Amino acid sequence: MRKRRMVAPVAASLSAALLAAGCGGGGGGVTEATGTLEDPITVQWGEPQSELVPTNSNDTFGSQVFNPMFTGLVEYDPNTFEARNAMAKSIERADDKKTYTVELKEGWKFHDGEEVTSDNFVRAWNYAAYAPNGQQQANMFKRIQGYDEVHPADPDGDGPKKPPEPSAEKMSGLKVVDDHTFEITLKQPFTVFPEKLGYQTFVPLPESFFEDKEGFAENPIGNGPYEFESRSPSQSLTLTRYEDYKGADAGNADAVKLVVYEKAQTAYQDLKSDNLDVINRVPTSAQADGRWKEELGDRAISKDRMGLTTLSLPLYKEKFQNPDLRKAISLAIDRQQIVETVFNGSATAADGWTAPSMPGRTDGTCGQWCEYDPAKAKEYLEKAGGFDGQMTLSYNADGAHKQWMTAVAGSIRDTLGIDVGTNGVPTFSTFQDKMDNQEMSGPYRYGWVADYPTPRTFLNPLYTTSGSANYTGYSNEEFDNMIGQADQAATVDEANELYGKAEKQLAEDMPSTPLFTQTVKGARSDRLAEGTLNTRTNVAITSLKVAEPTQ
Amino acid sequence: MGRYILRRLLQLIPVFIGTTFIIYSLVWAIPGNPFAGLCGPRGCPPAFIDQMTEQYNLDQPLPVQYVLYLGQLFQGNFGETFNGIEVGTLIQQAYPVTLKLATIALIFEAIIGIAAGILTALRGKGFVDNLVLAATLFLIAVPVFVSGFVIQVVFGVQLEWMEPSVGADPGIGQLIVPGLVLGSLSMAYIARLTRTAMFENKRADYIRTATAKGLTPRRVVSVHMLRNSLIPVITFIGTDFGALMGGAIVTEGVFNIHGIGGLVFSAIQGQEGITVTGVVTLLVLVYLLMNLLVDILYAALDPRIRYD
Repeated sequence: MRKRRMVAPVAASLSAALLAAGCGGGGGGVTEATGTLEDPITVQWGEPQSELVPTNSNDTFGSQVFNPMFTGLVEYDPNTFEARNAMAKSIERADDKKTYTVELKEGWKFHDGEEVTSDNFVRAWNYAAYAPNGQQQANMFKRIQGYDEVHPADPDGDGPKKPPEPSAEKMSGLKVVDDHTFEITLKQPFTVFPEKLGYQTFVPLPESFFEDKEGFAENPIGNGPYEFESRSPSQSLTLTRYEDYKGADAGNADAVKLVVYEKAQTAYQDLKSDNLDVINRVPTSAQADGRWKEELGDRAISKDRMGLTTLSLPLYKEKFQNPDLRKAISLAIDRQQIVETVFNGSATAADGWTAPSMPGRTDGTCGQWCEYDPAKAKEYLEKAGGFDGQMTLSYNADGAHKQWMTAVAGSIRDTLGIDVGTNGVPTFSTFQDKMDNQEMSGPYRYGWVADYPTPRTFLNPLYTTSGSANYTGYSNEEFDNMIGQADQAATVDEANELYGKAEKQLAEDMPSTPLFTQTVKGARSDRLAEGTLNTRTNVAITSLKVAEPTQ
Repeated sequence: MGRYILRRLLQLIPVFIGTTFIIYSLVWAIPGNPFAGLCGPRGCPPAFIDQMTEQYNLDQPLPVQYVLYLGQLFQGNFGETFNGIEVGTLIQQAYPVTLKLATIALIFEAIIGIAAGILTALRGKGFVDNLVLAATLFLIAVPVFVSGFVIQVVFGVQLEWMEPSVGADPGIGQLIVPGLVLGSLSMAYIARLTRTAMFENKRADYIRTATAKGLTPRRVVSVHMLRNSLIPVITFIGTDFGALMGGAIVTEGVFNIHGIGGLVFSAIQGQEGITVTGVVTLLVLVYLLMNLLVDILYAALDPRIRYD
């Protein structure tokens, strides 16, 4: 009897656990209410690294919020990445090639009811550029006349000396003509400047931003198709459709909830069971043998990414100053094989220094130097006088780079017969710090995503002498001049052609070795009829369309 | 007893200062610029870095930084993360979830673990005993990320009995499965601990005395035997609760629960010293209080244990 008595509590607690497990879930399913605030479309997201102010944010999670919330003068087509006028009625270039007159569309409003006028643009841009405001995106405005007065350069780069105090608060190149017209004067002619204006930093900011910046970061107010509804930091952020939006791309779903996921794997499982509507990252495990495409069928989204991965070389190290050695390294990498074996074909081997689907690019600028040629590779290694010691390839270990970096190292080692190792730097932060301070001991991984749709976005910041992201230490007057010429071209097409020419100069010098471009991979749930990612791997919120209920 | 509690509470002060100082200096002493990775492959402009350095007092010597931080902390201000969110808000949001999850895990492990331990100890060697031993061995051997993932795929994706992940601000119902997964390891330990302790006490003199006095078997087991056998179990549960309150990084990651574990993990990854120090300070307090509670429970369970 005694023994039997004890069975009851055990059995009871076990069955309670099982019952509870069964009740834990709730059914989803397509209802009439889909896409509304009660039952929003859910999108995979991550916690932004910076506050929610467009001029002070640079990561993709931040852009995921700003893209639907703000409309600038120009916007980019989510599919082709081509630029078209959005808030601008027209952007006219004067004969001096330096002055642009912008005319705004009338009747546009911020989500709090304030009308969008020239002043909102000019004030926001001046705020972003003014050094004491310490905005991350300040240098996006450096082409504008008067930038050097509001943001004086640090005399010793990033060194111990403090930069001088700014002598002006506003850039002289920005002039408000009337409520719906303003003038932008640049330091030098810059033909593709209007294409650049679709980048998130060039948006207008409302009066309320300047009154209460902290309040704005908590409750941002934009002029785009979606308005801010609520946010739980490190959990989720909800956007609702702004009914009075005047633009072309107004969106369909009434409410969209961006949900923070720590693990791509969890988001993937959620998508498969319709618990999440769009993902913009596919976990590595599901990519093996294209399993995700098999599992998701036509719900899988795969398109070209507007980015490029390179193996950059520390030109500041004596060992890597010989272009022949750099060419030997490039010739020794079997890109095609790496793309097929490591990425299962979901990447494209690079043939130049710009993304393959970039509008206006010149194809094949890298030419023979990006083709695998063991004999020539050895020849150039000999020409360069060989390589002593170990060549160490660095990557940041907190991204999924180890596998392909090992393959690249193996390819160089086997072809050139030199000792090649890899070095995983623990975090991206440390990795970036090493690049900033020119502390890389050997070739290292580098990735770049286009900011705006012209080949220039891949060339100017990375390879011109004064480039904002020139970490290799590459400096070639001829290349700088060619970029300068292209900037002054008469038309955008002509400019792009000249950028292509400059790119060919890179093939002579090889400051970095182009490797490949990965595809943007994502998927949508059964609940959505349409939905795509933009070329910067973010979900294009306005493209989300709910499927008709089947019942 | 009163003096004992007071002494333990006073001990909190040096422990609190010591731990926060160690954590604070460790986090900010990681080599490299904590803001370097913030702006992506473009790198951050010097003006931005200067402003952030000033905001977090990183231009001051470490002891000064720490004192400034502590001063803010005593005013109830945990500081701000790099993306401008109050750390206090983050903790306020994450803690209820972690508390719920930890409590569910604890209830599961205590009820099922103790019940299984009693059952096997009273039955003695036999089928049930072997079954429980094998089952607990299995639970101990399988890592949480495996069991969590398998349950998620089988019950969440294939059978669709539950949602594969937990949403923001989850209810008790949604947390039951993750709680069960989280508690499964400790459940196995508790079952084994209870079983061993009961076996030992079964032949103890005082049990024989109790039986000889003519007490009912039920009273002998529940009041005399169980009360003594639970002392090691209570110690285990106490520290385990402290650990669970520190967040379950793996389980929270698998089920996308936005609790303390994930908060600390991402803060360490992002070198956000402010968040890490803030949360760890709280965790230290939780541990100390749990220890105190366990010690008090000892005295209640076993009157022979005296502290004064």
